[in-house]
Amino acid sequence: MDAIFLQILNGLDKGSAYALIALGLTLIFGTLGVVNFAHGALFMLGSFCAVTLNKILNLSVETIDPTKTDFLGNPLKVKTPYVQAWFGDDFGAAIIDWGVPLAILFTIPVMIGIGFIMERGLIKHFYKRPHADQILVTFGLAIVLQELIKYFFGANPIPTPAPDAFKGSFDFGAMLGMDPNVIIYPYWRLIYFGFAAVIIGAVFAFLQFTTFGMVVRAGMADRETVGLLGINIDKRFTIMFGIAAAVAGLAGVMYGPINSPNYHMGMDFLVLSFVVVVVGGMGSLPGAVLAGFLLGILESFASMTQVIDLIPGINQIIIYVVAIIILLTRPRGLMGRKGVMED
Amino acid sequence: MFGLDKKDSTLLLIVAVLTMFAPFILNPFPEGSALAQFNAGYPDLMQRFVIFGIFAIGFNILFGLTGYLSFGHAAFLGVGSYAAVWMFKLLSMNVIPAIFLAIVVSGLFALLIGFISLRRSGIYFSILTLAFAQMMFALAYSVLTPITNGETGLQLTLNDPRVLGQSATADGSIPVTSLFGMEMRQTFQLDMGAWLFQFNVGYYFSAVIMLIAFFIAIRIFRSPFGMMLRAVKSNQQRVNYTGLNARPYTLAAFVISGMYAGLAGGLLASMDPLAGAERMQWTASGEVVLMTILGGAGTLIGPVLGAGFIKYFENIFSKINDNVLHEWFAFLPDGLENFVVFVMHPFIGKGWNLTLGILFMLVVIFLPGGLVEGGQRIAKLFRKGKAKDSAKPTTKPAE
Repeated sequence: MDAIFLQILNGLDKGSAYALIALGLTLIFGTLGVVNFAHGALFMLGSFCAVTLNKILNLSVETIDPTKTDFLGNPLKVKTPYVQAWFGDDFGAAIIDWGVPLAILFTIPVMIGIGFIMERGLIKHFYKRPHADQILVTFGLAIVLQELIKYFFGANPIPTPAPDAFKGSFDFGAMLGMDPNVIIYPYWRLIYFGFAAVIIGAVFAFLQFTTFGMVVRAGMADRETVGLLGINIDKRFTIMFGIAAAVAGLAGVMYGPINSPNYHMGMDFLVLSFVVVVVGGMGSLPGAVLAGFLLGILESFASMTQVIDLIPGINQIIIYVVAIIILLTRPRGLMGRKGVMED
Repeated sequence: MFGLDKKDSTLLLIVAVLTMFAPFILNPFPEGSALAQFNAGYPDLMQRFVIFGIFAIGFNILFGLTGYLSFGHAAFLGVGSYAAVWMFKLLSMNVIPAIFLAIVVSGLFALLIGFISLRRSGIYFSILTLAFAQMMFALAYSVLTPITNGETGLQLTLNDPRVLGQSATADGSIPVTSLFGMEMRQTFQLDMGAWLFQFNVGYYFSAVIMLIAFFIAIRIFRSPFGMMLRAVKSNQQRVNYTGLNARPYTLAAFVISGMYAGLAGGLLASMDPLAGAERMQWTASGEVVLMTILGGAGTLIGPVLGAGFIKYFENIFSKINDNVLHEWFAFLPDGLENFVVFVMHPFIGKGWNLTLGILFMLVVIFLPGGLVEGGQRIAKLFRKGKAKDSAKPTTKPAE
């Protein structure tokens, strides 16, 4: 019982990341009809926004402390980050400590900007081209973005720690009246899950309860008619692309403390996210979210030692196996709509 | 000739002559001159030209003819390599059984994967093949370590049985791959003045196989089967409404192209008997897609051109470094020189992947028909005014 509960919890954080990326992919696909192979790269870029902010916050001024000397007898050089110099020691240290959550504020405008540039500069010209061309050009873009990041930040993972307050683990078992230390779960993963839930909720609410969202949904259903009604649907779809990019970026920022950002994390997640989208049903937003969590949890169950002993290597391939089974039995995916990508 | 019409025979002959004289053609600059770094006439690189040429020709049979974009073709290349190395370990160092097994095994894999993936078309197909390839890559890295030797890659050792050959040579080293006694790595050198030409057994072996593969591809392109595949590409629905089942045709194309990839993998292993999982990664799959598109998908000669182009520039770009760049741009004023070198720095040396990505985007955006289309456009420009419609291109670029 505890083991099952623990695995479900373990699956949630990975599932959240899958769900967020798949949500963005589906948004882009549903609105613009473009298959975006560069979406994983957007996830990675978000992660590196946090890295960049960390670097900026840690920019230091070097001062000489005359009261202390180093082992050679020279005056000791002390590095003080500018934020500490400006805002005082305690507050400055707190800002640095909270770098990752702060990066959220920094990431949203950056990612929306990147999304705008991508859509207006590149993707726009590919609406009328075949899907194969869209795949290829975004695939090329993904390689370029990934290599640029590698060039500027190096090939090694860069640790981006969570704030001190969220280090450590939460004892679930004790809360539920079980033995302590049986089901413990890192705080940050819990926060990641909550964060993902909020983002997903916000996107759905935005689409469901605002006029803008209504127009976008109408455009997803029948773009031509909405255009004929005199609504500039292209502009709204561009904004949706920006939002999708921001969602992927946010997923990346918050994932930093769980898994140190490296330049190829985007592609690792992209392949899985595509599988998630296909399992959920192309063009279905709830399907993407559902399949994301489902596959995340399945993956964590498959990683249990008992299961691996039974079927070796199942943890590596479970997602693909599920995808193959789903595609063969329910070709449209779990919640796919009729008429979307049927050709 | 061999059942080809005049035009195709000429094309085949040209390709044959070019590949046979490649050691001369690719070595135009004298040894030791400043331009010698642009020579490509050494065995290792020439082998890669023809082997990846085979890979791209096979990929083109699937993508160029049917329009199904597979993103997992490198998996078959990897499977072929593993199969070939196992044959070297268990049977003998002769390359024929190794290549044979490589083709058969990759064909079987292609049959299985194609059977499942081809149930869907378009983007679904791409994702499915990508998923399969990633799955095989993950398995080769982890669980299948007894077969694939995981991260280290599969290598020959002195304790391999090699039933028909010998475990070790007389002087106690691992035997080398050969074709009935002709060692693959054997190279004849020809000194002609300042030039040094190298004729490698492995290269000529691969080149002959590539010519055969190219010939088969031409026959497929011109056959009723090829017409059927084109029909699938231009409108699968109409094919279905005519009462024809397209799937056996597409599956056959998928298996054939998988076997081509396996053949390329087997040849790679024959030239250098080791196999690693990284050959199956998605970047490798992307590379063959790029080769085909860059050359011109759906054309006969395009994929070979594309493969040669990419492998050549990969080699050149990896070789040049900042010092070389400084030499090249020495004629510029110092500040400008430094600036140019600074701008080009990310693209050279280890930055080849970045260049590749940018090239990929540029080709897809501006030249979807690839080099062949580019050549046709230029030819058209020159012919404008002279002949009106006589210069109608026979090959059709991919959509």
